[in-house]
Amino acid sequence: MKKRSTLISIVTVLIMSLVFTACGTPSDSKTETQQLGANAGENATELSFWTFVDLHGKHLDKMLGLWNQENPDKQIKLNVTVMPYDDMHNKLLLAVTSGKGAPDIADIELGQFPKFLEGDNVPLESLNDVFAPYKDVVVPSRVEIYSKADQVYGFDYHVGATLAFYNTEILEQAGVDYKTIKTWEDYKQAGIKVYEKTGKYLGTADTSATWQASLLLAQQNADFTDENGNPKVNSPEMIKAYEMLVDLQKNNVIHTIPGGQPDTEEAKGEYNKGNYASALMPEWYMSRFVNEMKDLKGKYAIAPLPVFEEGNPRSVGLGGTGTVVTKNGKDVQLAKEFVAFAKLSKEATTEIWNTLGFDPINMEVWQDDAVTKNPDNEYVQYFKTNAFDTLNEIKDEIRAIKSVKASPTIGNIFNTVTLNAIFEDGQDVKEALDEAQEAIEQELK
Amino acid sequence: MIKKFVYSQKVAPYVFVLPFILIFLLFWFYPLVNSFIMSFQDKMLGQDPKWIGEANYSKLLTDKVFLTSIKNSVVYMLGTLVLLIPFPMLFAVMINSKLMLGREFFKSSFFLPALTSVAVAGTIFRLTFGEMEGSLMNSFLGLFGVEPIKFLKDGEWSMAALLILACWRWTGVNMLYYLSGLKSIDNEYYEAASIDGASAWQKFRTITMPLLKPTTVYVTTISVYAGLAMFTESLMMFNGNNSPKNIGLTIVGFLYRQGIEKNKLGYAAAVGIILLVIAMIINLTQLKFSGMFKKEED
Repeated sequence: MKKRSTLISIVTVLIMSLVFTACGTPSDSKTETQQLGANAGENATELSFWTFVDLHGKHLDKMLGLWNQENPDKQIKLNVTVMPYDDMHNKLLLAVTSGKGAPDIADIELGQFPKFLEGDNVPLESLNDVFAPYKDVVVPSRVEIYSKADQVYGFDYHVGATLAFYNTEILEQAGVDYKTIKTWEDYKQAGIKVYEKTGKYLGTADTSATWQASLLLAQQNADFTDENGNPKVNSPEMIKAYEMLVDLQKNNVIHTIPGGQPDTEEAKGEYNKGNYASALMPEWYMSRFVNEMKDLKGKYAIAPLPVFEEGNPRSVGLGGTGTVVTKNGKDVQLAKEFVAFAKLSKEATTEIWNTLGFDPINMEVWQDDAVTKNPDNEYVQYFKTNAFDTLNEIKDEIRAIKSVKASPTIGNIFNTVTLNAIFEDGQDVKEALDEAQEAIEQELK
Repeated sequence: MIKKFVYSQKVAPYVFVLPFILIFLLFWFYPLVNSFIMSFQDKMLGQDPKWIGEANYSKLLTDKVFLTSIKNSVVYMLGTLVLLIPFPMLFAVMINSKLMLGREFFKSSFFLPALTSVAVAGTIFRLTFGEMEGSLMNSFLGLFGVEPIKFLKDGEWSMAALLILACWRWTGVNMLYYLSGLKSIDNEYYEAASIDGASAWQKFRTITMPLLKPTTVYVTTISVYAGLAMFTESLMMFNGNNSPKNIGLTIVGFLYRQGIEKNKLGYAAAVGIILLVIAMIINLTQLKFSGMFKKEED
């Protein structure tokens, strides 16, 4: 009898352990490699590419097909490896700085980019020669953020112009017309009405991202750092920005959101449930609506951001991913030419909009209605208004926030300590920002 | 000559311990010395190191984030000691008792979580302790009319969540250590005590606990180390190394942030050395007070 029960226990343990190990690590932390370039011939050069966004691989797949067609003598096969965000950046930093194991091409997120440009020996290839033909058609600020000492090291996928996305269904219930929201005061009054009539919040108080700080600083022509790259996060502009947000929070216009900011799984769940009526996010957030918030199709309209006073710049380019070529690759020149083609050419920018739904940095395509207003495009179908109508309206008002050596530290301290202290614990804004300034200076010593 | 050498009684013991010595020197002593040297340098991969003396250490002592990470790790370690020594001991005694029904079932169910990947367990616990109304804990509390709690944004709640995860994972393992300790206690002691009319509690206090001391010392030693070195659980629970107000940041998390995420290897090496010193002080004190350094009496 005892033997039998022991046997049953062992079998149970084995089955359960198999079940658990079969689950493995969660799907978002999986590393996958696949080869792209099915139309390449036998003599094609094999290059490797690391990214942390699956969709970026899909875009490069389309571009690779075109490249191989147009360049029969320089065909490429691309081994794409998709890794989780932190994992990929940490591995890449180790690989490029040690000179061993790095891929030929890689995606580096803007917030991580300064780490790769530190010191005298930048481990990335300068892209100046392949950038030259496109110099006049791209948004200059989106290239400067990946540059150091006149050398360009990365090409972005998008401008990331910040836009206001309004849930018109909720606003209509509250009797609010989003078109009348021009200033933060209008936004506040609209939010008060929304909360009174529907019990929902108009916006979010972000505790784990600095999108809001960035756009409010840009509207005042300010930044997180001074002209020498030194942090100045307790500036009068920053205090004004956060005091305004705290006022909105006190009036139930904005509220903290699970996940800490709109671009998290938990927050998208809240949006899907209709608990928040607007997102003030970069243009690339459109792809999150289309791919991850399908229930909201047809409900959202796009408009320029509210401002402090009419005449303030109404947008700022936020987020970004620079595609780079590493120094120890097999065929560095070929990799550079391909990256420029895949990111900056007219064909590339069209595909960037079609596949990724991003606002491309080559602005030629912004004026091409056949592309931007194509009725078959899922991004066109999803929203009540066309993104490029708003983008073209504000295209001369898109400011940039600098990404410098201090930026990763500033982001880290804001996203872990400062924003939680302000919005969760109700700490005085000036006091919290003074403490942040001190902590950042200490960390950078 | 060779034969003489190999068969030499003086040489043989050294040959037998050589693999250990080599592994010790190569994988422990060499990295340790290297880390110690590196902790006095400003070193980044890809750049030439600069000798900066004790600057890394003096910076660490005023680094509030580092002090937070030490506090978190020490509180977690003490929490695991309080929870993961007495309870597994008690469960082991219960499971060892012949009166207990379904002993094998309980043994395997307690041990099962140790087989689960920490990534899976951490993710499940993160969702369980989520701040949404619909997360498992909040739905449960909702049944009693309790408002949703932001577990992973509050220092005390999140430490409690980490400790619950630790208990869930390690109770079974510690229990197995105690079970093996119990097997080595001679039944005659209990029989003699029964004849003398000792109660169950008296037997536990005067026979079981003292004779389990070597096991307790061992479990304490590894728990001190495991508590101070905890990292992955926090990483999975907070979905990354950056928790709100650093409530989930441990010493190893801080080391990882500096060394791997920021490429400040010299600074990270100083953190490693301090961690080693803290772990050594606690463990050597603990071993000294538990009498482990005394020579065994003949």
